[in-house]
Amino acid sequence: MIAFLRNTWRGLTSMRTALTLLFLLALAAMPGALLPQLSLNAAKVDEYVAQHGWWGRFLLKLGFFEVYATPWFAAIYLLLFTSLVGCLLPRTWEYFKQMRAKPVLTPRNLSRMPHHAQAVLDVTPEVAVGRAKKALRGWRMDAGDDTVSAERGYLRETGNLVFHFALLGLLVSFALGKMFSYEGQVIVQANGGQFCNGGIFNYDSFRPGLRVDGTDLTPFCVEIGKFSAEYLENGQPVGYQADIRYQSGDDLAANTWRPYTLQVNHPLRTGGDRLYLLGHGYTPTFTVTFPNGEKRTQGIQWLPSDQRTLASEGATKFDPPGVTDSEQRRKNQIAVTGLLAPTPLLHGNILNSKFPALNNPMVAVDVYRGDLGVDDGRGQSIFSIDMKMVEQGRLQKVARKNLALGEEIALDDGTKVRFDSVSDWVSLQVSHDPTQGYVLAFAILIILGLGVSLTVKRRRVWVRATPRDDGRTLVEVGGLARTDQAGYGEEFTRLARAVLNEEKS
Amino acid sequence: MPVDETLATYSDWLYRSALGVYLFAILLYAVEQAFARAPRKAEALVGAGAPVLVDAEPKRDVSKPERVGRMGAALTVLGALLHLASLVMRGLSAGRAPWGNMYEYMSLLCLAAVVTWIVLMAKFPIRRLGAFVLTPILVLLFLGGTVLYAESAPVQPALRSYWLVIHVSVISISSGVLLIPGVTSILYLLKDSKSDRFPKLPSADVLDRMSYRTTVLAFPLFTAGIICGAIWAEAAWGRFWGWDPKETVAFVSWVVYAAYLHARATAGWRGRGAAWINVVGFALNVFNLFFINLVTTGLHSYAGL
Repeated sequence: MIAFLRNTWRGLTSMRTALTLLFLLALAAMPGALLPQLSLNAAKVDEYVAQHGWWGRFLLKLGFFEVYATPWFAAIYLLLFTSLVGCLLPRTWEYFKQMRAKPVLTPRNLSRMPHHAQAVLDVTPEVAVGRAKKALRGWRMDAGDDTVSAERGYLRETGNLVFHFALLGLLVSFALGKMFSYEGQVIVQANGGQFCNGGIFNYDSFRPGLRVDGTDLTPFCVEIGKFSAEYLENGQPVGYQADIRYQSGDDLAANTWRPYTLQVNHPLRTGGDRLYLLGHGYTPTFTVTFPNGEKRTQGIQWLPSDQRTLASEGATKFDPPGVTDSEQRRKNQIAVTGLLAPTPLLHGNILNSKFPALNNPMVAVDVYRGDLGVDDGRGQSIFSIDMKMVEQGRLQKVARKNLALGEEIALDDGTKVRFDSVSDWVSLQVSHDPTQGYVLAFAILIILGLGVSLTVKRRRVWVRATPRDDGRTLVEVGGLARTDQAGYGEEFTRLARAVLNEEKS
Repeated sequence: MPVDETLATYSDWLYRSALGVYLFAILLYAVEQAFARAPRKAEALVGAGAPVLVDAEPKRDVSKPERVGRMGAALTVLGALLHLASLVMRGLSAGRAPWGNMYEYMSLLCLAAVVTWIVLMAKFPIRRLGAFVLTPILVLLFLGGTVLYAESAPVQPALRSYWLVIHVSVISISSGVLLIPGVTSILYLLKDSKSDRFPKLPSADVLDRMSYRTTVLAFPLFTAGIICGAIWAEAAWGRFWGWDPKETVAFVSWVVYAAYLHARATAGWRGRGAAWINVVGFALNVFNLFFINLVTTGLHSYAGL
């Protein structure tokens, strides 16, 4: 039993196994790049599964659409992790032993070394050894009467261990980060709209880490003042910025607002959280005048359907005012849907957008009246109406028209819909990751360790001086690079010349 | 900032000239490879830690094919200068670092590969391999200049960061350097067979050393590039790592090159095994460059055309 465990451990920690695991890891990570992933684009996953029948369902079952969360991916990296630990522990032990050890004794036959040179000199062995010691200054040395053994490049192993331990540290920090991090997205109107990081329900979408229940989010509030975008003539965006005010920490109690300019690449970092400007779009405002003379004004974000021109689609929904009978109300709900063109381009009556900035924006709207189906308990998209209601005839299209700013459309029952104005909205992301600082620190150690371990070479030199019968001395130099011979040749040649005093020759 | 059209045009001319010069260099290298004698033993060992205290290569008459090869080398240097000038003009014309789209990225990558090759030529007696190394580079440059070509222009908001200068250049240069061991590893696999079918190639040992030394140079650089990318992603996209397709493939090729370094120190994997791994790494880089940028949709795809 013990033998079995020992053999398993040995097998697991061998380099061969580590190599195999590295390959498996590389292979297992690939589907994440080739197949759509739930964490990145859930809609695409649904589409893929729907298109590929049993094959799609098979892949779904095996977790190929969330590769990095599957047990088989975890199994590989945990095994690799164990293998790494098992490899590092004895190496560290060995490392500390070697730090105190003397360089190995001079081998009997130096001519067998990969690097070798010799000469017969007119000096005594002591002088030759003294000269060798001088030439080997900076090396760790062990000198006898007629021989010197020297070694250098211990930093290589130091760098190697630093690299591997930093890798472990990075993986652990990364895993902890996945536990305690969260990420939430929200759309806020850029006309004084506010957002507070008070709870999950303030977000449009929220992705918590495994140990986050949303009860203790870092409290802070932001208010989005003005959004501005800059475009090139061809419509390519050059820069976005939102002028915001925020309060966090003590400022919340004191109700102090601090200004900040939120830009792409320049998130707001406050109280351990980061706030990002992810995107923007337009909010058309419509006023509906009901037959009884009451008015309702509403602005809700529409979704850009073309990122290049920011042509946007959406649905602005109205309840008839003052109707208490829910039956009655559901017959007279109104939805204004259609397309918003920031810079209109008309082909006859067909409206499109030709530029992403606002220049006399127009909307092409379909007005629906009837039961929107918002009361039946199911959630529905704020960007569209429930087409089932239309199919069932409970919601009817009652008008269609292109509207410029200030223009209105009259329905058969005297209701009027006016297109008032367009404002900006911004989509924000709040990210919280308490361990990313550690990840960065370990990443820097990784680079340092890697750099050192791949540039420094561990190498040995031995010198032996043997007196000859004729009173001269045979001096032999042998060299061995312990890891890789590459590049040692030049250094050895230089050293051997110094030891053998051959500069003049 | 408006684009300086004149400089952009000069840049394009220089790019085409560099391509032409490289093509000519390849022809000269090929002549040397075809007509020069097979390398002698001693020659093949220079730079390989030869166990001798000899001076460098003994002086001898330079044969005609060798002269042609030297001209090829000189032309490579000339091409690299033109190439560099083309990149500089690009940068000046757009008023930013000249690696903001795939054409420019490819151009920088190839320049890094050519410069690496020039340095290697100075260190190893491998000049005549020039044709093998420059051909894939020329193909990439040609694709870059035709299929992927993009007019000089400013970049998107997300790319407006000093990290564009750091991350993209480091990744591009390290990928360019990694192209070389890819090619030499393929040559190694050709050479390292029992029957010496390719007597004119340098010894397997030299090829292996070249692969190792260039990989060892590029791997920390590549690592640093990925880490810089993570730092930038933290500022631009809200997380330092999100398994975006490009990130994933970069991770995979990092693992593969790590495997190469380990394989080279593992009995039974040294030599052919390691060379195969390096070739796989090279293939992954090409895949990452073309497939991930052009076919899949991810956050990096806007860096495409």
